[in-house]
Amino acid sequence: MTDNSAPIGEVDPELADVERPTNEQDDCFARFVNVQKSYDGVELVVKAFNLDINKGEFITLLGPSGSGKTTCLMMMAGFETPTHGKILLKGQPINDLPPHKRGIGMVFQNYALFPHMTVAENLAFPLEVRHFTKEQIKDNVERALSMVRLEDFGDRRPAQLSGGQQQRVALARALVFEPELVLMDEPLGALDKNLREEMQYEIKRIHASLGVTMIYVTHDQSEALTMSDRIAVFNDGVVQQLADPQTLYESPANAFVAYFIGENNRLVGDVIERLGEQCKVRLDGGDTVLAKPVAVGGIGSRTTLSLRPERVTVLHGASDPRGDALDNRFSAKVQEVIYLGDHLRTRIAVCGNEEFIIKTPNAEGHYALRPGQEIEVGWASGDCHALDA
Amino acid sequence: MSESTSSGVLTTADGVPLKVSLRRAVRRSRFKALLLVAPLLLFLGIAFVMPIFDMLSRSVANPEVPTHLSRTVAALEDWDSQSGELPDESTYAALATDLAEGHENRAIGRLSSRLNYEQSGMRSAIMRSGMASRTMEPPYKEGLLEAHEAWGQLETWRLIKRESSPYTMSYYLAAVDMKLSPEGAIVDVADNQKIYQALFWRTFWMSGVITLLTLVLGFPIAYLLANLPLRKSNLLMILVLLPFWTSLLVRTTTWIAILQSQGVLNDMMVALGVIADDARWQMIHNKLGTIIAMTHILLPFMILPLYSVMKTIPSSYMHAARSLGGKPFLSFRRVYFPLTIPGIAAGGILVFILSIGYYITPALVGGQSGRFITNYIAYHMQTSLNWGLAAAIASILLFVVIIFYLVFNRLIGVDKVKLG
Repeated sequence: MTDNSAPIGEVDPELADVERPTNEQDDCFARFVNVQKSYDGVELVVKAFNLDINKGEFITLLGPSGSGKTTCLMMMAGFETPTHGKILLKGQPINDLPPHKRGIGMVFQNYALFPHMTVAENLAFPLEVRHFTKEQIKDNVERALSMVRLEDFGDRRPAQLSGGQQQRVALARALVFEPELVLMDEPLGALDKNLREEMQYEIKRIHASLGVTMIYVTHDQSEALTMSDRIAVFNDGVVQQLADPQTLYESPANAFVAYFIGENNRLVGDVIERLGEQCKVRLDGGDTVLAKPVAVGGIGSRTTLSLRPERVTVLHGASDPRGDALDNRFSAKVQEVIYLGDHLRTRIAVCGNEEFIIKTPNAEGHYALRPGQEIEVGWASGDCHALDA
Repeated sequence: MSESTSSGVLTTADGVPLKVSLRRAVRRSRFKALLLVAPLLLFLGIAFVMPIFDMLSRSVANPEVPTHLSRTVAALEDWDSQSGELPDESTYAALATDLAEGHENRAIGRLSSRLNYEQSGMRSAIMRSGMASRTMEPPYKEGLLEAHEAWGQLETWRLIKRESSPYTMSYYLAAVDMKLSPEGAIVDVADNQKIYQALFWRTFWMSGVITLLTLVLGFPIAYLLANLPLRKSNLLMILVLLPFWTSLLVRTTTWIAILQSQGVLNDMMVALGVIADDARWQMIHNKLGTIIAMTHILLPFMILPLYSVMKTIPSSYMHAARSLGGKPFLSFRRVYFPLTIPGIAAGGILVFILSIGYYITPALVGGQSGRFITNYIAYHMQTSLNWGLAAAIASILLFVVIIFYLVFNRLIGVDKVKLG
């Protein structure tokens, strides 16, 4: 990250100590205020984390491993102490509150079901420590089991369940004592692809029906896009962008977000002209591209252009009428075609980039491309975001 | 194995039954595996299995009377030990011949020792009569009675008749402070001669205390080992294993230096004014000394199995328990502790079994009151040369260990035992 980019969440170290007014946003359900975390006193794992979470929201902390997202979750749960900053829950600071007094449900990466207890005993544990009566425990456990559709599994041990069933039990256990906030630490990481997608919808359904607030940690961007109301993209201890899935995908704030969310072609060059809503960029290969300036400096600054593969159109020769709307047009050469069923993924060489990917739907009216073929491609300058280098 | 397929036997493509074919296929690799372990098997057979069976058989073997008094035993066959009458002249003649022969080939010493275990005074009776029998003339009854009055007592003859079998249970009875009365009933020995029952009991309860102490001391260490960052836990592991690199003898005698009345600890306490110079603590050459030294020496055997089990308990279990609302101690008691039970049982059984068989430490620091049953096994092996009794005591210990092992295997499963 260079200085001219200003990702959300990056706070000047001198400003980090300035308390933001908290009283006017007390309606926020949970808040991280200038939270910093260091394990060794040398390096900050979380540099300056600010996040306001509304009641009933599904927030995802997304980022590569080591980006600080799990640390933030553990600080909310109470297993890690912030080195600096405040964590508020319903307006109350909870920095010094031990985990068992926070009343936050949590689903762990490997479920952490107690192996020496049956499923029902696992679910009863949080109720027993809260001194519920026997009947209440029985009712609540049954209700929680039916919520995750495991009514008949109460007497089994966790080891006798499949991965997906264990996942459901872990979810039920985190919800059975009716917490207002549930944290999930990569809960679907251990499941295979089909099961993972099924569970995504299951969690979404439960979230919608209970109205509980959820903070979800994952490194899987498609999972984040599927489930979240808002996503905080982490990298290097800093939130790069906090936005809803569509904004994140359509208008990434910087090169990291563009690279991390979805697939993306990168073209590198210098800004040579700024024209209001557009800027002209000369690529290192010599071609000139019109782009939408998002996070670039003035004339002469380096930039990375980000372009989604599905926004590139293959033109039927120079006279193709679809080309009229596209203000960037280049000739290209097909390098490789990969058949993926519903679409074709084609690698082409364009503007000096041999790793340029385009996606074409496997439908009528689209040409079958062959390796070595000379073609013409085009894209709108609005789809081509000029980001930080 | 017939080749008919109608009986439902699965066959390979060329008609050989599948099981036969499979056996052929693995025979070669099985043979190779057997060859690899053959040296170890041989070694175990010679150095382990055979000595144990030899020892076990010694605890019931009774060759002395049937071998060295063979004629007497044959002559006594017709004698009714309940008749109240002494055997006839022919029996005395057989005895005189046996004793003379025994004296000749020097077997009489073993015979006299054996009979002396059962009844004191028999040694001198046999030895003196043996000497006399060389020149003895008929009637032998008078001659033998003259040599020793024991030959005029019914108990002596009953004893010989009783011990004429090649097997005896008298060693086992002696090992639990019992004996056969002259009438053949099993009775307790006189109270002032009882030692082994108390010794067994002491060995077991002190081993129990030692096991408990190693658990109390070892549990936190094992927890640290399993949960500290790698660098620190490696250092701690070296400290735990350090005793294994030091001689057992050194470790034990170090405790003597520390605990004796003029030792480090007492001197320090006197210097600090905690105790008076004439009231130094007696911490060695008694039960306390044995317990302290053995707890120290056996501690690693508790820590390692505990550690290996704790290592498999992810920290997320405790996190989960805490996040679900469990207070720290309750979470530990309900979640963490139950998961460590296989480790506790494995460490406990290991320390207990090692402890009841421990010899050198109680011998050095136990004094008179802190000795274990093993020290008496050694005594009978080395000093009194009553190998039969030593074998009987050792066999009882072995059976106790086997029973503990079976109970453990039933409750926990021996496959749970891992040492790191």
